[in-house]
Amino acid sequence: MTKTVAFPQNRTCPYHPPTGYPRTEEERPLSRVTLWDGRSVWLVTGHAAARALLADQRLSTDSTRDDFPLPTERASAVRRRRRAALLGWDDPEHNAQRRMLIPSFTLKRAETLRPRIQETVDRLLDAMVAQGPTAELVSAFALPVPSIVICDLLGVPYADHDFFEEQSRRLLRGPTAADTEDALARLEDYLGDLIDQKRLKPGEGVLDDLVARGSGDGGPERRELVQLATILLVAGHETTANMISLGTYTLLRHPERLAELRADPTLVPAAVEELLRFLSIADGLLRVAREDIDVEGTVIRAGEGVVFSTSVINRDAAAYSDPDSLDWARSARHHVAFGFGIHQCLGQNLARAELEIALGTLLRRLPGLRLAVPAEEIPFKPGDTIQGMLELPVTW
Amino acid sequence: MAKEAVPMRVSIDSDVCIGAGQCALTSPDVFTQDDDGFGTVVPGREDGTGPLVREAVRACPVQAITLHEATEESRA
Ligand code: HEM
Ligand code: SF4
Repeated sequence: MTKTVAFPQNRTCPYHPPTGYPRTEEERPLSRVTLWDGRSVWLVTGHAAARALLADQRLSTDSTRDDFPLPTERASAVRRRRRAALLGWDDPEHNAQRRMLIPSFTLKRAETLRPRIQETVDRLLDAMVAQGPTAELVSAFALPVPSIVICDLLGVPYADHDFFEEQSRRLLRGPTAADTEDALARLEDYLGDLIDQKRLKPGEGVLDDLVARGSGDGGPERRELVQLATILLVAGHETTANMISLGTYTLLRHPERLAELRADPTLVPAAVEELLRFLSIADGLLRVAREDIDVEGTVIRAGEGVVFSTSVINRDAAAYSDPDSLDWARSARHHVAFGFGIHQCLGQNLARAELEIALGTLLRRLPGLRLAVPAEEIPFKPGDTIQGMLELPVTW
Repeated sequence: MAKEAVPMRVSIDSDVCIGAGQCALTSPDVFTQDDDGFGTVVPGREDGTGPLVREAVRACPVQAITLHEATEESRA
């Protein structure tokens, strides 16, 4: 008898993989898990297999296929009927969409944004310190930093942040399928109006550039523009916000690592890479097989669902020694926290810049930073969405 | 013992590249991103020497980078 393993599962500790996922050598790299709708799909937990499969275009991200694995009823309510821009398309359509955006998300572009990110971080910390010496770090810092940065980059008015942050929250965390559907409709209406305004009065953001291309032949149509804007806005702030909150919590729970970082700020980029690996906040990538695929002797059949637990994959002992420990000296390279293959995160260079500046500056400015309540009392997100802290009460 | 160095050549297939910038991040002295965001080899570094070039090949999410032995004509 084999026991049924559910996917997704909640983490017991916000920075460790769910204890219920298979992690032993014998169970790697593929095993079976059961989704909320009773469907049985493959769970990938081995690092080498994950990299091979994520780069394999026989796996599709088309969520409108009946056999595509969706992790919750609410994801199913929106994704079964329509696909997200970029992430929901295979090549060649995906490639055409991605090519429009690549120039706006290069390493160089991220470097030129650094001074603006630093200003934003400084301003938010000034305000937080002025109201201190306690704060709720998610609302005072972790969420506004990436929200302001992505608004700036895309050309979305930050004045509307309460609106889109709330819709993103409902889109990603429900609680109900109706919430998700309603939130997506509202976001798309809002961004549609914004795009129409930009057509009349162009500004300087990435969305303005897309609108300008759209007016010529072969450029994106309004519907496509709205869908691109939606994923950029949502993916651009929720993920990084979670990395800042969970990253801070994790550092405060590892005082020796924190002391090392404070003693030597040049470690910050390596620490950010290691935190990305260690925390793996996008912990459930989704695919369906278009053809039979042989993986290290196991055959994934055409039509079978495949889900990837990035947190377990990024702690494969075959890829990282002592994988459950946080270690700034290791080379965390080749982790799959940003995915791998054609969908690898478009915003990763921006995210790294934001995380380095946000975490680096927070530690420098607040040498006495600590949790304001016992760690066990701080709520974090359930396993069916991007991982992170719901709240983070701190003092200094 | 150092092996006799085989002349190498590194190149990027820009039809495959998704502009993730992993090459430039991993081995910035050999790779860069052009103005359109695609990975390119730094002029003069097509010989692909550098300790992190193989790392960059491995880091590329779409295997757009190839490192191969230089043939007579590509060396010319
Ligand atoms: C630390 C923060 C972030 C993490 C951990 C993260 C993680 C990921 C992951 C794992 C994927 C691949 C999903 C899959 O293959 O199924 C992805 C794709 C994507 N991310 Fe991020 N992301 C982050 C920040 C950002 C930011 C700041 C943006 C800015 C716009 C962004 C935009 C996107 C987009 C557009 C895609 C889809 C790319 C495609 O399909 O070609 N992300 N991200
Ligand atoms: S790592 Fe690969 S995909 Fe990314 S820029 Fe370099 S060649 Fe292109």
